[in-house]
Order: sequence, then C-alpha cells, then structure tokens
Amino acid sequence: MADLLKKLGSLPVVVGCLFITTLYVSVCNLAFPEGSALHVSTYTVTLFGKYLCYALLALAVDLVWGYCGILSLGHGAFFALGGYAMGMYLMRQIGDRGVYGNPELPDFMVFLNWDALPWYWAGSDSFIWMMIMVVAAPGLLAYIFGSMAFRSRVSGVYLSIMTQAVTYAFMLAFFRNEMGFGGNNGLTDFKDILGFSLQSNTTRIALFAATATFLAIGFAICHFIVNSKMGRVVTAIRDSENRVRFIGYKPENYKVWIFVVSAMLAGIAGALYVPQVGIINPGEFSPLNSIEMVVWVAIGGRGSLYGAIIGAIVVSYAKTRFTAIMPEAWLYALGGLFVLVTLLLPKGIAGFFPTIAARFNQKKLAEVKS
Amino acid sequence: MSREAGSPLLEEENIKPDTRHGVILYVEDVSVSFDGFKALNDLSLYINDGELRCLIGANGAGKTTLMDVITGKTRPDVGKVSFGQQVNLLEMDEAQIARAGIGRKFQKPTVFENLTVFENLELSLHGDKGIWANLFHKLSGEQSDEIAQILHTIGLVGECNMQAGALSHGQKQWLEIGMLLAAKPRLLLVDEPVAGMTAQETERTAELLTSLAGDHSVVVVEHDMAFVRSIARKVTVLHQGSVLAEGSMSEIQSNPEVVRVYLGEETGE
Repeated sequence: MADLLKKLGSLPVVVGCLFITTLYVSVCNLAFPEGSALHVSTYTVTLFGKYLCYALLALAVDLVWGYCGILSLGHGAFFALGGYAMGMYLMRQIGDRGVYGNPELPDFMVFLNWDALPWYWAGSDSFIWMMIMVVAAPGLLAYIFGSMAFRSRVSGVYLSIMTQAVTYAFMLAFFRNEMGFGGNNGLTDFKDILGFSLQSNTTRIALFAATATFLAIGFAICHFIVNSKMGRVVTAIRDSENRVRFIGYKPENYKVWIFVVSAMLAGIAGALYVPQVGIINPGEFSPLNSIEMVVWVAIGGRGSLYGAIIGAIVVSYAKTRFTAIMPEAWLYALGGLFVLVTLLLPKGIAGFFPTIAARFNQKKLAEVKS
Repeated sequence: MSREAGSPLLEEENIKPDTRHGVILYVEDVSVSFDGFKALNDLSLYINDGELRCLIGANGAGKTTLMDVITGKTRPDVGKVSFGQQVNLLEMDEAQIARAGIGRKFQKPTVFENLTVFENLELSLHGDKGIWANLFHKLSGEQSDEIAQILHTIGLVGECNMQAGALSHGQKQWLEIGMLLAAKPRLLLVDEPVAGMTAQETERTAELLTSLAGDHSVVVVEHDMAFVRSIARKVTVLHQGSVLAEGSMSEIQSNPEVVRVYLGEETGE
C-alpha cells in the first residue's frame, strides 16, 4: 500500500484538486442564480478553463525542458496547430449561418472568391477526423523537426533559436490569406460544438470539465513516462548525452519521441483552448507566447510536473489581474517575476515547499538534539 | 513515431567477435587528421582477448583520438578497425558499438548526477535499449542481483540510493567502471581511471582492473607511471599518432627511443 502511494506520488492530489474544482465550479455556476453569493460567473468559468489549457501546455513544455533538457521556444506552434484543427471543425459547424450564408465555405473563403474548399480542409466537418488532426498535425511537425535537429545533434541554444524560428515562420505563413486559414483574422465567430451552442452555460461547464479531464489524463501520462525506466533514460540524456550514447542507447530517438509526445499534448491544449476563447489567429504563433510558456515552467518549477501546472495558473492569473490594472506594466512585471524566481527560488515554486520542509525538519532535529 | 522493434536492436548484442586468432581488436593503418594536423598517423594496434594493455604517451600523442575511433565517435580517414575478425566497427555508430560489447570510460568521470547510484547501474545493464521496451520495463530479480553484484565489486553498496552527484571523485570513477561492467562488455576502454584519486583509491582501482582482465579485455590509458607499472603486463607507447614501442614495462623503460621522447620528460624533472 505504502509502496503504491509512493509510486503514485502527487498524482492523486492533482487529480483530486482538479475534480473538486470542476465540481465546485459547475455546481456554483448552474445551481446558484446570478446575484447569489455562491454563484460563479460563466466569465470566470471560461477564464479558469483557459488557465487549465495553459496548465496542460506547461506540462508539455516541462516534459521536454524539465526532464530532457530540450529548451523549446516554439511550443506555441504546436499549441496553435491543435487550435487551428479545432477551429477548422468549428468553422464548418457554422454552416449557412455565416454572413454570406454559404453552407459549404467559411466566410473568409467566400470573401476571397474561392469556390471550393482547399484539399487540406477535407474532412474538416468530421469531429473525429479533426480530433485526430489535433494530435497528428503537431505530432508530425515535431517528428520532422525533431528528426532533423536531433539526428544532426543540434542542441542547446542553437536548438532553441531554431524552434523559435519555426514558430515565427508559421506565424508569417498563417498571416497570409492564401494559406486558407483566415489570414490575419484567423478563425472565429464559432456557433456550436457537436451541436451544442457555445454560448450556453452548460456547454461552457462541459468544456471546463473536458479541459480538467484532459489535464488530469495528461498529468497521468507524463507521470507514468517520467517514472518509467524510459523517463530515467530521458533524465540521463539531460545530464550526459554522451554517456547515454556510449552505454548503447540512441539519445536522438528518445528525444524525438519525447518531443512528439509533448507536441501532441500541446496540440490537445490548443484544441481545448479555442472553443473557450472563441478565436484562433496567427498571433498564437508569436514567439513571445512560446517564451511565456517557458517562464511559466521556470516559475512553477522546472522538472516538477505539478510545478508546471502551478506556474501556468499563477502567472496567467497574475497576468489577468495586472493587465486589468496597468496593461503596459505587465511585461516588466513578468520579467521581474522571472528574475526574482531565478535568483531566489532556482527550483521554482515547487522547489520551495521541500526546502521549507527540510528546514523545518532540521530545526526540529536540532531541538531534539539539544 | 520512431518506433523501433526490439529484436533488430538486440542484434548487436548477439554479435560474438570472432577471436579464434586470440585477437579481439584490430586497428590497422588508421589515420585521422583534423585540419591538416595528423592526430593518428598510420597506426596499427592489436589487443589480445583477455589481456590488460596500457597505453601511454605524451599529451597529443593520439590516445583519446584512438579511443574515439574505436568507439565510433570519430571516423578515420583511412584504415580498418574491427572487433574480432569480422565485425567492422567503422560501419557502426556509438550506440551499436556499445551494444556489441565495447565499453568506454571517459577521462572525466561522467555519471548521471541526478539519478541514484542504483539507477545509474540500472540504465547501464545490457538488454533492450529501445524506447517502448523501456517505457514498460520492470526490473527482474535477476537484474537486481546483477546490480547488487556490481555494487559489491565497485564497493558502493552503502551508497546505493545516494544521488550520483553527491559521490566523491574516486567513487564516481568506480561507478562509471561499474556502469561499464553492467553492460557486460568484452572489451573495456578506460581513459585515465586514477586521475584525481588518493593513493589508497588508486591501489583499489589497480586491483579492480587487474581482476577484470581475463574475462574481459582491458585497455587503460594512463599518465600515472607508478600506476602503469603496478598493473601493466604489456605497454604500448604512442608518439605523434603512431606506435613508438610495445612490450613489457622493463623493455619499454630500456628502449632508448622511448626514454628520449617520453620517459625522458619524467626523469628530467
């Protein structure tokens, strides 16, 4: 029993917290009328749903950076690709309710005088197909990029710069109208998902619950990976790639694998994000976004899975608060936070608790001794 | 997904170097140059099965480059390197060579600092090195026993659950040797095993290495002449990328060429 608990680690706590939050939010939103002290507004539900998407994304970044030492500054690309796949499905759900009333083509295509869907939109009205694309598109990009970069043994800062360049290139490409993804405006004006109105409270709650569920599943997957022997190989690669190679592993295969898994998780986060915020545009590819994700993980605690979740939620919440009070100061605040955490808490928020516990124990020990 | 089936990965593990002629490693006419500098110059070297060989030579004589060539890190410009008679090492990459049974200890001790001593050995055990196999891997009783055995051999039983990063320099060196042993290699390449060790630790390392010879073939690169004297049966002297002399320690010491280029520096101090 104790063995099993040790193996599960922080998993039950994280899943429990997510479950309680979901239960609390849904009951307080649906059962209590507006104006009641216990009511949680739909705006808040959506806001927290967004934070949970970020948390899943942070988990993905932590998996490659915290455990494998690959500092990816391009995870925004995977997130956005997953988001675009979901956005394409949602666009097709609008049907003839668009401004131009075309049952087949989304409004922006009608506006561009296109008369048929481009080939890569094929199957976009099928939910299942697009959900496959949510993981397949980021996964494929990660596989191609990873195979080329890791097999040529590109690492460290060069790799980071390349990932940054990839996401920037995607941003420029998606800005073009001819790409067929809505250009500058992206995909928006969504109406339904699976036939349920995106405006209704119950759909919002269901989306929140789905996000919490996927976060829990994502956490469980990452937990399983990092605690397996495979996870120890990955940690070993972070510490000494050459040693790993000379005891017979192929580090590049491991890196590609973990990078692909991480990209897929990021894609799922993007797909959950889009119906909640109601829009996906090329801005999601912006390099700054990808850097922000790394900051979440650094602040939450690199190499700690629950730390990544805490980091994403804390920083995003702070961002919401800060940008409401003094929008122009946010970037300075974020930068300041990053510097402070790096200086004072090198292991992030998650590293803070064990340190405190250790100090407390030492004090106790000293008292007992004296 | 880069799925690799378990069986092809294991192929190299089944390689049995053909040592009917008593030679486990053939290095023939190998040259390597970096930007015109000849690190290895037409070097030939044969290591017998089960022997303990010491390689000595001044800095830049090509010792580390030779190790790099054998383990697949550096490709020679010309020459032939084979493991036993048939296994051509020049067609294999580092991981394949390692799995085929050539273990290497680096000059600077490299262990996985954030893993425990036990986990370091666990990762080094011979077996399937593919991703999926390791994702669902469970340590068998046999493997635990093997690890316990190695912990005993390298004298780190008490440090089993310690983080490798917290070990002393000498202990890290031993752990790295233990990691090599876990892979069950036929040939061990050991680069400066006693650098930075106390006299006592050096003595124990000498015992460890001599006990390994016989079951394994061991090649030791070392600067510490006292250490070489204490373990060596046969010594090869490298100079400017090729073999200058080969023989027992006393033969080497009386070789006028060697005295001039290498030992001369020591006695001249």
